[in-house]
Formats: sequence, C-alpha cells, structure tokens
Amino acid sequence: MSTPLLEVKDLSVEFDTYGGIVKAVRGVSFSVERGKTLAIVGESGCGKSVTVQSIMGLIPTPPGRVTSGSAKLNGKELIGVSVDELNKFRGNEIGMIFQDAMSSLNPTMKVGHQIAETLIVHRGMSRKDAMKKSIELLERTRIPEAEKRADQYPFQFSGGMLQRAMISIALACGPKVLIADEPTTALDVTIQSQILELIKEIQRTEHMGLILITHDLGVVARVADEVAVMYAGKICEYGPVDEIFYQSAHPYTEGLREAMPQNVEGVHKRLTPIEGSPPDLFRPPVGCGYYARCPYAMKLCEKNQPPSFDLKKNHFSYCWLQDKQAPRLNDMVHVRQRPIQ
Amino acid sequence: MILEIKNLKKYFDIGRGKKVHAVDDISLNINEKEIVGLVGESGSGKTTLGRTVVGLWDKSAGEIRYKGEKLPKNYSARDFKKYAKEMQLIFQDPYSSLNPRMTVKEIVAEGLRTIGGFSSAQMNDKVAEWLRKVGLEPDHMSRYPHEFSGGQRQRIGIARAMIVEPKFVVCDEPISALDVSVQAQVINLLEDLKKSMGLTLLFIAHDLSMVRYVSDRMAVMYLGAMVELGPASEVYFRPKHPYTELLIKANPEPDPRLEKTRQHSLIKGEIPSPINVKAGCRFAGRCPKVMPHCATETPKWKSVGKEHFVACHLY
Repeated sequence: MSTPLLEVKDLSVEFDTYGGIVKAVRGVSFSVERGKTLAIVGESGCGKSVTVQSIMGLIPTPPGRVTSGSAKLNGKELIGVSVDELNKFRGNEIGMIFQDAMSSLNPTMKVGHQIAETLIVHRGMSRKDAMKKSIELLERTRIPEAEKRADQYPFQFSGGMLQRAMISIALACGPKVLIADEPTTALDVTIQSQILELIKEIQRTEHMGLILITHDLGVVARVADEVAVMYAGKICEYGPVDEIFYQSAHPYTEGLREAMPQNVEGVHKRLTPIEGSPPDLFRPPVGCGYYARCPYAMKLCEKNQPPSFDLKKNHFSYCWLQDKQAPRLNDMVHVRQRPIQ
Repeated sequence: MILEIKNLKKYFDIGRGKKVHAVDDISLNINEKEIVGLVGESGSGKTTLGRTVVGLWDKSAGEIRYKGEKLPKNYSARDFKKYAKEMQLIFQDPYSSLNPRMTVKEIVAEGLRTIGGFSSAQMNDKVAEWLRKVGLEPDHMSRYPHEFSGGQRQRIGIARAMIVEPKFVVCDEPISALDVSVQAQVINLLEDLKKSMGLTLLFIAHDLSMVRYVSDRMAVMYLGAMVELGPASEVYFRPKHPYTELLIKANPEPDPRLEKTRQHSLIKGEIPSPINVKAGCRFAGRCPKVMPHCATETPKWKSVGKEHFVACHLY
C-alpha cells in the first residue's frame, strides 16, 4: 500500500451556538490515495461537509473550532497552521467545488477573471497569461465557446455550466486533491451524468485524489473506490465500495439501502424507512449514535461507544454486532424479525 | 376515468411577443385509483402541468374534464371552493409552502374553512385525527412550521391536502427536499393513504427510481411536450423514446457492479429554451438517433405496445 496523499486522523469539530455547544464532528479518520476516490455519505447534519471544510480551514472561528485531530497532505499538517501557511495549500494543492455554484462564485466578476485570479495569486502569472490559461481551462471542462463564456458573468450561465466553471477554478493550479461537496445535488440526472464523467476523467488524467461528499448512494456506486458512511458526527462504516454495498456490516448502511427502491422488474418490495430522527448533537449519545434508531440495538450499545472492528481488506465497522461475543449475524434482514433484547 | 386532459396548453407571456411554452398540447387520461408518475428535467413543464390541472394557473387552450365535467378555464373563488374537496396539491418545498405565521392547526384546517360548514370543535378533532394519521402528535397543533424538521413539514403539507378527503391529488416533488430515510417514510405514508382513501395521484418527481417504484403508469415530458407514456415498468425497463432511454441510463443506481460496467448516457447539451418553440421534434437537437425530418415535422403520438405510447419518428 502506498502512503496516503491525504490523511485525516481523529478530527473533532465543535460550534458554539445559543443553544449550547454542537459537537458536529466527533473523531473522524480517513485517508485518500493518489488516483483514488473516497466518497463520504450520510444524511443532512451528519457532519460530512463540516469535516472537509475544517480540512480546508473554512470553519468560521468563532463560533466553530477544531478541538482535536490532524489532517496531513503529503505529511504536511493543515490543521492549526496560520492562514498564510494554509493559503499555500488551498486552491493550490487542494481544490474544492461546492454544491451551490451560483452562490459560490462572485456575481459581480466575469467568470474568466475568477479563474484567472487563482492563477495570479498562486502561480504569480501575469493577467494576460492567466486569462489565456483560464480560457484553456474552460475548454477543458467542455464549455462551448469558451472565449465568449470567459467574458460573461455567472448569471449568464446555466447550473451545469456554472458547475463546470467551478471545476475549472478548482483545477487551475493542478491540485493533488480535489474535494467535491455535493457537486451534482442541484442538477438534473442528465447533467449530473455529464459532470460526474468530467470529474472522473480529469481525475484519471491528473491522477488526483478525490473526496466526494454526497447523500446519493447511486452516485457513490458510480464513482467511489472507498466509502465512509457518516452518522451523527462519526464514521460508522468504512470500506471498499463493493464491500459497503454487498457486505455491509453496519445497520445504518443497511438501513439506507433498504430505504431506497430496488430497480428490479416486477418487484414491489415495500420500502423500509429508518424510523425516528438523528440524535441531538448538543448532547451526543454516550454510546452508539445509531442506538435509538437501530433495529438490532443491544443493551450494551446504549452506554458504550462501539470501537472499530476490522473485518477484512480495509473494511471497518463501528458496531458492537461485530464483536466476538455478539450474536452472529450473517444476514441482517433475517435477524430483524428477532425481538430486540 | 377520473381526469381527462385534452390538448392542454399553458403559455406564459413574457412580453415583446415572446411566449414560454411551458405546457404545449398535452393529452393525458388518468384512471380512478391510479398513480401516474411524471418525470422530466427541470424546465420540462411538470410543475406547470400539475398546477394547471388543479386550477392554480388558468389554461391557455385545451380542456380538462374531471369525472366528465369540464373544469373552468379560469378558476373563480367559487370554483376553488367547489373543487377544493375533490382535488388537492402537495407542494415541493416543505420550507416555503407553509405560511410561517400560521400555526399548524390553522394551516391544516384551511381546507375545511374553505369548504365551510365545520364547527370549531369539529375542525379541532379533524386536525388532531389527521396529524395522527401522518405520524405527528395532536399537541403539535399550536406550534409553528419553523419548529419542525423537513420531513415533519412535508407531513404537515400532506395532512393539509388530505384533510378534505380529496379524490385526486397532485404530488409535486413531495420527497425531493428530504433525506433518503425520510423519503421512505413519506412514500410509505402516501401509499397507505392511497390504499385507505382510494386516492388517485399524479406524482411529479425527477427521481426515476422512486417514480418507477410508486407509479402504475409513467409519463415523460420534455420541453413542454409529452414524449412517452406507458406502464411504469415498461417505460423504465424498455423505454422507446431516445430521451427516456438516455434519462434512465443517466440515473445512477445503488449497485457498484452495475454502475461500473454499464454504459452511461452522455446526453449532449442542455434542455433548450422553451420560448417560442419551433415545429419539429423538440428533442431533435440533442437526440443521438436524429433523422433529417425530425427538425421539421412534429412527431405524432403512436402506440408502441399495450397502453404504451411515444412521440418519435423512429416508430
């Protein structure tokens, strides 16, 4: 195994609010290798966006703060360094694209200039060269009539085109890691397909590490090599994409799959929703975060935080069911009919 | 047949002789106790169709018959009152569709007040009953929308529509603002209500897997026109129109082995402007199977199987 390009260890983030302290991220660890894609999946409020924002130093402090952990890019620390130091990385070695392209771009600045800005700041290019390069970048993200488009404002772009423009900005300095935070959530499936293909293609040619944040398991299945499933500020399962989908070892991952319709002809299996709602992160649960909603919850789960259980080939599950003393559950659906102890 | 839509058109005048062809000559019959799913990209006219059907927009041309009775072109306050207990709409955005200054009770009871004839105690009972039916608590009645999560708000929206016990409900993207686990809760609720109340639904969504799952029949719209209509599993598994085919190929499925081996559709370009649409097939500009006459001749509605229709020159 090669050394990871980006390694995040035990990251925790808190926010001060009027209601108290929200523990949004509680000890998250993962790593990304060159040319590989890690998908972070989870529902709203599980801490997936906050995790990557804290790596990029984008958490407003106060109210937010990183309370522990480290994030290393090629061995260099990103957490807790000065803004000047951080600026050497972000936009340069790490590129980021956001969900809402319209509000992420400057509405008063021409698109070409917004791309050129990155090059002028990080690469010290002249304005003229930077503009030339930004047109090349727009062409690379397949924006038709790039020269004309570079001279337009964001409002003149469609949603899909804006996302392409944002990818151009993220790629401007040839980053080693690209972080995409729900890049296709606001788009139609047809445009989503185009954007995902574009991101994958660029990743292949540049050999970048990619972190993709999404709530869509279909998108995960399509692009990910590895998957981190997050719930209530923690990773609950981590592993290669096939393992996560076909040999899931956490009831939450299983629950997400069961809640979606299966596209098998002639089958109309009633959806199994995950009852209840995620825990209050003002007072995060002492034990397993999923305890209150878990159909297999045991007494032990309420008060005891599950450790990481190594299954195989880089597949971890944070669930007590994986303990040697727990009842053996090969088939979770089968067990669901068992009364909860 | 509960609803007959015949050559319905809804154009929006945007000045200087320009018109947005949001719904352009759509005909669709909906049978009693049936769920018809309506899919298409944003800007294809799905929402406009749904809103025109329940009378929130006037009709530019064409007609809609409800149980054989012709619906007015423009709804007056009286018409709304008359049809409120027959037809309802569940809105897409559970955040902006509930008045933040009204309590849950006021929101849910609004339909009853429109119809009239209920005492305050009766209304109270009904609201309590419906809050329970959608999985909320009767004592949520005095709260305001901001105190609820997205899924709970969508349930309030469902209770609001269902309390008058309508026969026909348009669900305009009722789940797209919700998380996966909550989507399943709302879909199951709609299925249960459909069964217990004998409802007929027009289910608008862009999530193709979910539409295939809930619908009996599926209709595909593109740029204001209907391009395909048929039994949901036929349309999903054996699409006939090149647009439907591309749309379904683009839909990512939660199955890595399938996703990593299958050909993904890379549909060219984006949906064109619906302003002053020209003759010919609307999809001609993006269609991989385009033929010379597609750009000039508007394709006719053709039968391609049992209850399966398509508007395409290939057939």
